[in-house]
Amino acid sequence: MSTIVYISSNNGLGKSAFEAITYAKKMGEDVIAVTVGNADSNVLAELGQYGASKVLVDRNANSDDDQQITKVIASAVSSTGANKVVFSHDLIAKAVAPRLSVRLKAGLVAGAISLPSTDGGFSCKVNVFSGKAFGNVNVKTENKIISLLPNSIQPEVTGSNCSVEEFNGNAGESKVKVLSTKKPEGEISLPEAELVVSAGRGLKGPENWGMIEDLAKELGAATACSRPVADIGWRPHHEHVGQTGVAIRPNLYIAVGISGAIQHLAGVNGSKVIVAINTDAEAPFFKAADYGVIGDAFDVVPKLVEAVKKFNASNN
Amino acid sequence: MKILVCISKAPDTTSKIAFSENNTKFDENGVQYIVNPYDEWYALVRALEIKETIGGNVTIITVGNTADEAIIRKALAIGADDAVRIDAEPNDAYFTASQIAKYAKEKSFDIVLTGKETINYNGSQVGGMIAEELDLPFISLATKLDLNGTTATLEREIVGGVQVVEVSTPFVASCAKGMAEQRIPNMRGIMAARTKPLTVIPVSSIEEFTSYTSYTMPDAKSACKMINPENMDELVALLHNEAKVI
Ligand SMILES: Cc1cc2nc3c(=O)[nH]c(=O)nc-3n(C[C@H](O)[C@H](O)[C@H](O)COP(=O)(O)OP(=O)(O)OC[C@H]3O[C@@H](n4cnc5c(N)ncnc54)[C@H](O)[C@@H]3O)c2cc1C
Repeated sequence: MSTIVYISSNNGLGKSAFEAITYAKKMGEDVIAVTVGNADSNVLAELGQYGASKVLVDRNANSDDDQQITKVIASAVSSTGANKVVFSHDLIAKAVAPRLSVRLKAGLVAGAISLPSTDGGFSCKVNVFSGKAFGNVNVKTENKIISLLPNSIQPEVTGSNCSVEEFNGNAGESKVKVLSTKKPEGEISLPEAELVVSAGRGLKGPENWGMIEDLAKELGAATACSRPVADIGWRPHHEHVGQTGVAIRPNLYIAVGISGAIQHLAGVNGSKVIVAINTDAEAPFFKAADYGVIGDAFDVVPKLVEAVKKFNASNN
Repeated sequence: MKILVCISKAPDTTSKIAFSENNTKFDENGVQYIVNPYDEWYALVRALEIKETIGGNVTIITVGNTADEAIIRKALAIGADDAVRIDAEPNDAYFTASQIAKYAKEKSFDIVLTGKETINYNGSQVGGMIAEELDLPFISLATKLDLNGTTATLEREIVGGVQVVEVSTPFVASCAKGMAEQRIPNMRGIMAARTKPLTVIPVSSIEEFTSYTSYTMPDAKSACKMINPENMDELVALLHNEAKVI
């Protein structure tokens, strides 16, 4: 049996693609990567290093059309006889994986954070209640789909480049017309980021974010914010993390001037290490944090920026 | 425009999360249910705004038991015209989506809206599954929806950016922040909701693809280590040597 991994490749290959291939490889069967669009074959071949035995690329399908992608993956499943499909739990997967679940009559684990356990069935661990607890999802169907939460597994290089084959997945006509795509340049995407610097209402106004951006830049981190900050328009909506925003699980989350309300923590408590910086020693964030600094952000953050600069300089 | 809005119940965001029956069931003791915020704030309100500008009808649908009629009345009080409850426990996304799709197929709606995800199971599955069952395009995580006749222009979140797409009705979309603003029901709405039609439909026999077999709580955090605000070099050293994250 083999496992198909769907890879979003229109912006090149990201870390999440390597994680998904590594994950599928660890499930123990032959791994075939499937993608659509115009990605360079030499780039796609790198998926072999993480364990793919080949890559099938359909260049006729629209990489923004979930119906077409669903059909291409279904064709690849039937032509290879695969019984499992793995996605990285990104925006494409959130549209395509549920469709594929219906089409293949395959149970879907959305947002898996562990490899499947096969004793007494087939089950994966997921976050539930916005990260406040974990659940074990048992998949009862013959075919199975797993959508893997980013940052749940470390990519591992185990081999060398693999072959890339052109594939016709009979995608049919596209019903979605893309009018425009805007991507902010040079920023690190929040769900994939390993380090995140986040700030809240304690910063008093949007004009004070310069030091947060400086800190993020020195660390090579993405920036995030609490909900009220996005609501008042101090920061863009896509930076809003929490129960009603983006849920993230970076290696390091630095929270500056954020109280640590339960709805905020729900989106970030999967982070491996949390640093809280707050003037209020009673702020709830200190209960969820690993390291705490009781102090005024306007004093502490510039000092932290200097300390990181010094660290970077001595490590280069 | 005939619009169907799928709503789900979700525990109030401040609910204590605990499990019973040997960690196999969510402990509902003392839990207050609300309309899942994405369904209420974004999907329902945008549907009402469309109806208010171009006319039409907004139906809400939920798969749930009699206790869930409280959240149905809330959605009706906000302004939906009528409601449908499919009488079953929504334990599996495929089961739930297929029940709704079966109803939607019979009534042929122009637009089917869901929230981006529920805040308890966070699966983001039901909208896409309904779209596949109905063979319709699906615009996931839409933050804006405008209509011009039968042509819809939607914005959606993509990794780190925004995409603008165009589709023709009928279609399915899941709604995220930006789509609309929360509405608080007024007294007139609450009174009117009592007499708005609520149809209860018996469950169709549909298999479940998945089930939750057990739950666990995260390990308790060890105490937070406090760092002197004058000594940020120490924090950086700890992040490097102890936590090993930089
Ligand atoms: C249904 C629902 C869903 C929600 N979803 C989310 C969500 O997804 N994400 C989210 O973030 N919130 C969410 N909230 C809101 C949440 O309850 C909190 O109101 C919000 O997180 C508070 O944001 P904050 O910490 O930035 O602001 P505040 O609560 O105002 O906290 C500001 C903090 O800054 C500190 N401070 C002040 N000055 C300084 C200084 N100079 N230096 C350092 N620290 C300082 C203060 O001590 C305080 O702790 C939700 C609420 C509800 C009801």
